[in-house]
Amino acid sequence: MPHDHPSHGHEGLSTSGHPYRADNDEPLSYWQTMEIAIRELLIEKGVTTAEEVARQIDVMDARSPANGAALVARAWTDPEFHARVLADAGAASREMGFDIGPLHLVAVENTAQVHNAIVCTLCSCYPRNLLGLPPDWYKSRAYRSRMVKEPRAVLREFGVELPEDITVRVHDSTADMRYIVLPRRPERTEGLDEAALAKLVTRDSMIGTGLPRAPA
Amino acid sequence: MADRVRVSAMMPPGHVRAPVYLRGKTGVIERALGAFPNPEQLAYNQRADKRDLYRVRFTMAEVWGADAEHPTDTIDAEIFAHWLEPVAEDTDDAP
Repeated sequence: MPHDHPSHGHEGLSTSGHPYRADNDEPLSYWQTMEIAIRELLIEKGVTTAEEVARQIDVMDARSPANGAALVARAWTDPEFHARVLADAGAASREMGFDIGPLHLVAVENTAQVHNAIVCTLCSCYPRNLLGLPPDWYKSRAYRSRMVKEPRAVLREFGVELPEDITVRVHDSTADMRYIVLPRRPERTEGLDEAALAKLVTRDSMIGTGLPRAPA
Repeated sequence: MADRVRVSAMMPPGHVRAPVYLRGKTGVIERALGAFPNPEQLAYNQRADKRDLYRVRFTMAEVWGADAEHPTDTIDAEIFAHWLEPVAEDTDDAP
């Protein structure tokens, strides 16, 4: 007998056969309660407004790997800017108009001999001001613990197979610096301008878990 | 600061940013980063002294010994000066 009711004979499963996602009915955690209390107090006392909070969230959400990609593409095309990125990546980012706050940014450059990758074993330090929010896997215990122990195995899972004679340098962001990998410019991109090059620069290529795209 | 340094193997309680997997390990200073507020005080809302911070480079062989995936690959980490002990250049402490 045709019957559309999803629970008929498939207790707790949707029509496509997957379990329903549970509603978030669990009580607030201590820190969630604290965040709401502090936010409401700050608004009540006129220190900030709900609109200002929402705008700041917008600012955070607007940061994306496109910012980092623009920086990398300029470093690929402008040798003087390239030197400034390696000397002080924070100052070079500000020069391009990116608001990176008080961030101390170090660019680590991939070469024919060296492949760099970044991790934060202690928490989730990430160049957010330039790349946006980190991917969930970057904050996972698996990535954080394995990246310093067996980086080549981790990179292989990301599809990056490195020859034995390339040195892998893992950068653990343990204190005040944040890191961005300056990937190698792909071959056969001589004719591309800065904007076209930026499109080849992926988020993962700036973490070191990926390589830039090949030109179309 | 010497070129070769060993991370102190002490295990104090509290918020510490010298990773346990690097304590007692010997590396070389990759660069000096300047002075930054000591996170061990900052984390508890105490007035934080500025301490010199260094990037120290360790080989996988030094950190993981015979279990190293590729002995000459490296790990760089930022370590505060008060966690670093100079290592004489002529003694070979590395395993």
